[in-house]
Amino acid sequence: MPNHDQTWSPLLGRLSLDALPLHEPILVATFAAVALGGIALLAALTYFRLWGYLWKEWFTSVDHKKIGIMYMVLGLVMFLRGFADALMMRVQQAVAFNGNEGFFPAHHYDQVFTAHGVIMIFFVAMPFVTGLMNFVVPLQIGARDVSFPFLNNFSFWMTASGAALVMASLFVGEFAQTGWLSYPPLSGLAYSPGVGVDYYIWALQIAGVGTTLSGINLIATIVKMRAPGMTMMRMPVFTWTALCTNVLIVASFPVLTAVLALLSLDRYVGTNFFTNDFGGSPMMYVNLIWIWGHPEVYILILPIFGVFSEVTSTFCSKRLFGYTSMVYASVVITVLSYIVWLHHFFTMGSGASVNSFFGITTMVISIPTGAKMFNWLFTMYRGRIRFELPMMWTVAFMLTFVIGGMTGVMLAVPPADFVLHNSLFLIAHFHNVIIGGVVFGTFAAINYWWPKAFGFKLDPFWGKVSFWCWVPGFWLAFTPLYIMGLMGVTRRMRVFDDASLQPYFIVAALGAGLIACGIGAMLVQYGVSIMRREQLRDETGDPWGGRTLEWSTSSPPPAYNFAFTPVIHDIDAWEDMKRNGVTRPLEGFRPIHMPRNTGAGIILAGISTVFGFAMIWHIWWMAIAGFATLLLTAIAHTFNTNRSYHISADMVAKTEAERTRQLATVEGA
Amino acid sequence: MRAETPPRRLRTRSDHLRRALRGALALPLAALVSGCDWVVLNPSGDIARQQANLVMVSTALMLLIIVPVMALTVLFAWRYRSANTEAAYDPEWHHSTKLELVIWTAPLAIIIALGSITWLATHLLDPYRPLSRIDDSHAIAPGTKPMDVEVVALDWKWLFIYPEQKIATVNELVLPEGRPVRFRITSSTVMNSFYVPALAGQIYAMPGMETKLHAVFNKPGTFTGFSANFSGAGFSHMRFATRSVTGDAFNAWVAGVKKTGSDLDRATYLELDKPSEKVPVIHYASVSPDLFDAVVNMCVRPGKLCTGEMAAIDAHGGTGKAGLLNVAALTYDKQGREQVSSAAPGFADANLHRFVRDWCADNRPLRAAVARDTLSLARPDAARQPAPAHPLS
Amino acid sequence: MSKHQFAAPQAGGLTAQYFDLDEHDHPEGGSTLLGFWIYLMSDCLIFAMLFAAYGVLGGNYAAGPGPKDLFELPLVAINTAMLLFSSITYGFAMIAMQRGRVAGVQGWLLVTALFGAAFLSIELYEFSHLIADGATPQRSAFLSAFFTLVGTHGLHVTFGLIWLGTLLVQLGQSGLTEANKRRLLCLSMFWHFLDVVWVGVFTFVYLMGTLR
Repeated sequence: MPNHDQTWSPLLGRLSLDALPLHEPILVATFAAVALGGIALLAALTYFRLWGYLWKEWFTSVDHKKIGIMYMVLGLVMFLRGFADALMMRVQQAVAFNGNEGFFPAHHYDQVFTAHGVIMIFFVAMPFVTGLMNFVVPLQIGARDVSFPFLNNFSFWMTASGAALVMASLFVGEFAQTGWLSYPPLSGLAYSPGVGVDYYIWALQIAGVGTTLSGINLIATIVKMRAPGMTMMRMPVFTWTALCTNVLIVASFPVLTAVLALLSLDRYVGTNFFTNDFGGSPMMYVNLIWIWGHPEVYILILPIFGVFSEVTSTFCSKRLFGYTSMVYASVVITVLSYIVWLHHFFTMGSGASVNSFFGITTMVISIPTGAKMFNWLFTMYRGRIRFELPMMWTVAFMLTFVIGGMTGVMLAVPPADFVLHNSLFLIAHFHNVIIGGVVFGTFAAINYWWPKAFGFKLDPFWGKVSFWCWVPGFWLAFTPLYIMGLMGVTRRMRVFDDASLQPYFIVAALGAGLIACGIGAMLVQYGVSIMRREQLRDETGDPWGGRTLEWSTSSPPPAYNFAFTPVIHDIDAWEDMKRNGVTRPLEGFRPIHMPRNTGAGIILAGISTVFGFAMIWHIWWMAIAGFATLLLTAIAHTFNTNRSYHISADMVAKTEAERTRQLATVEGA
Repeated sequence: MRAETPPRRLRTRSDHLRRALRGALALPLAALVSGCDWVVLNPSGDIARQQANLVMVSTALMLLIIVPVMALTVLFAWRYRSANTEAAYDPEWHHSTKLELVIWTAPLAIIIALGSITWLATHLLDPYRPLSRIDDSHAIAPGTKPMDVEVVALDWKWLFIYPEQKIATVNELVLPEGRPVRFRITSSTVMNSFYVPALAGQIYAMPGMETKLHAVFNKPGTFTGFSANFSGAGFSHMRFATRSVTGDAFNAWVAGVKKTGSDLDRATYLELDKPSEKVPVIHYASVSPDLFDAVVNMCVRPGKLCTGEMAAIDAHGGTGKAGLLNVAALTYDKQGREQVSSAAPGFADANLHRFVRDWCADNRPLRAAVARDTLSLARPDAARQPAPAHPLS
Repeated sequence: MSKHQFAAPQAGGLTAQYFDLDEHDHPEGGSTLLGFWIYLMSDCLIFAMLFAAYGVLGGNYAAGPGPKDLFELPLVAINTAMLLFSSITYGFAMIAMQRGRVAGVQGWLLVTALFGAAFLSIELYEFSHLIADGATPQRSAFLSAFFTLVGTHGLHVTFGLIWLGTLLVQLGQSGLTEANKRRLLCLSMFWHFLDVVWVGVFTFVYLMGTLR
């Protein structure tokens, strides 16, 4: 166990050789694997001379499409880590019976489930959703980039910086052992004296800066940069849900920032916000963090609802049923998500009136959600449904998510929550909505927009293998959890007395194994598709018969997205153009004004990582130096006036001529 | 106890509604789970029973809409597949006021029904509300006093104090069947949740605070109770046996505890309070009468100011600058789990003298109230500190 | 997918109807003020949380001193005046900007900075006295919430001053360019926002604390 004696040296703070988990074989093996893999990756990058390319074309890029893709890559990498945690939990719970302690001592196991939750929400689901919005929204609204391209790059790197800190905790020190929301007093200094909670705080604070700025950026983009003619009620549904989500981000992440800042003051300065003594109130933390935490789940699911709307209408070759009610449903969900937070702790003992108020507001959310479900259903009605992968994921979502929604409403009835709260039933419920909703939706979105991003489709065979592993795997893994919840089994248990539970846990572990196959197949799908990209090539830019603007440009789109800004006359702008036989202009190109790449974002985020690390380990000199450098670098960046350039008209003409040639080959074929 | 209360039909309209719904819709579900070890749906206490019914009723209500939606999804997905060119295709059809009305009102109707049930049930099953019935055919005479059990969540075991019987146990909860129980619940360090699935729904156990739970066992049996809120390294083992026994057996058990157990005084409690795992059952034949209140007020350790007193002082405007040095008596666990006392920060003598001067010259209402003896700071029997505990007073 | 979108060019009118053929560069920073405004709202939420924390914990003196024992209203009133004056002088700087007078802008900004620095100095003086007396943030939940709320505001003012200094240099370098004007406008919003927050702090913490 890391040294909690608080030996502190001016040079290294709390950091010493004891911080390295050399005594935990699982971690040593993981470290060896990660180190070898990392060295191999670095060597390969060096050997193929990719560093310059990566730096110039990706790391410093302010292009919203590339930033969106980097978010997706970050999400995918962290997904593998978070899933590894999930597998470890399933294995531990499948064996730890009859006095068998399993593979993990409490100190390690408690970190695993904390890290799993934190990573999956903050560094998997959030990057996926933000990445999708980043890539798609400007294309859907006919813009050339977001409002603040540099800020966009900076936001991404701040998120990556938070992720880096979480990953560092695996090998240097420890992560929090408190559960993913770190309730005090358990997360206070008295009961978590180590660096774990500090890793948690600083990873989330740094990533939170990125998320908030990205929210501001996308709101400004959607409000200010829509193509002419695109009124609010002509925005694609995905853009609408993105707007709602970003409003939620801006209106809830500051709450998280504030509450974590107060927790860190308690830990670093000795204040009494959430302490037991001196008048502090741990209950206030629980309230404040859920005032952020509940909107957070809608931050994740709303854009995914948008994805399903786009996919359903595209693959049914039919207008979306009930566009207006879809929009209002999203807005109603946005507003309602702020007045339900207390349903996460009915059992705290607020009065019956308070509990029933929050229970009923929670149920009310199911009305707009139900309306959305019906809208997808009636979009399918009298459609011509093509069961490509995105549509398969959508149908799987519809069948899975309604069950999650139903169990959610059950948990919203306070007296029923008293018997199900914190049980495996709850775990099954939120995985049912997050996997069945957010994860399935992300896979639908990846399969749907991949050709737009890279110019070739994903291989359908391996995609279907992945699908058929994932969906039954999910039900296999979580049905036993629903059942055990009804048997009164609680969450976050490391060992069990009752041997009759073991078969259920073994089934759940098999389900997790099946999901692992699904993830494997997904990775194979990406690999195979990249190798077979010439056969899978999409020359048209519109491989699915899309309806919104992103399908009107080439795949992948040019840096400037649109040579001429489109003018919008219909909700399904591209479908409208196709119907009317509109041809794109082939001459009269003008130079296009574009933002210039900058390394400031990655540099600032790098310094933030160092600053965070120094704060975690109480290396005060480094923290002060880091903060000063951060400030000076940020100021220096404001003196950089060389922020944009023009793509010459000739260049645009050349690119567009290439596109014309491409389209001609398709037409000729 | 049970025989003394006259049987009375206790059916409200909502009961009828619930029964009707249960009969019509939830019976298949009930049939499905009976016989299984699904304790949450098949409990032995009336409160948990009603909560389980609510789980069933809400499921049934929602299935009214979930089942058609799922069926339609499959039907539409099959019928309108692109290979089926027979099916109607209407690419521009995207609005129908009638359908919109249905898709918003159908969930609304369900939620109105469920919302009404929720409002009623949440009030009826409020854990703070004294029980009005033993089960659906036995009412409790008004004014009947429930048996008190005081529950303290410790790291990582449970302490149960029986104030009437003047005994206490660790990791064993024995209750007489058919007798209403009022639990007073708190925690010594971090948040836990007190949960006996067979008896009643859970409620948080929080340090420095007291929550309540009213419940009753209707059947004898041996069950499991545990903490349902993660509380640190020893959490997995924070479980206790719960037994529901007849009144006579309960009395015999109490007598046995009195005979064999040791004493639970404050020093013993402080020893028990230290973190430990897999603690075997312990019986205490006697217990300090004010122990639970002292635990809630975080003043078991001698020399600590009880939080109740602190709140009373604060309500009167605090103790002024003179109270600044009064920290040792207030420190509970903020500087560490094993915190015994905290030295007052070192101040220059000049400052100290000034505080003394302030304190003596102070004319605030608090002092007047204390002088008039109108300020009741805490229970009289609690080992009280003079407030404020001034180093020079 | 349908093929007709690739049909040979026809009806130039449709193309003109569906594309902005006469597009000009969008002026840079068109969204900056909106974006900054949204940022201020998010910052406002942080303050809302700190106010809420003070509202919940403000009465928990932990058997220690309360606002009446600690706050010196005249000092805080002077402090408030400093910040209010600084807002007015910032307003003068903006008027000078409208008239295109760089020197005027710089001069008023300097005056604003002086008032801001005076505000900070008085606040630090107040804090140091409280701490020297033993009324530290660690003493009670009330003091924790007080120091955090007022300190966070002070921290914002500090960053405002750093920003103001940076802007002075940038004005000296390049004068009233569009970028600099935009920055002046943003800082103006920031500065007045801090003023509004302070009015809340003064009322909610100091006035209601001492006069109640």
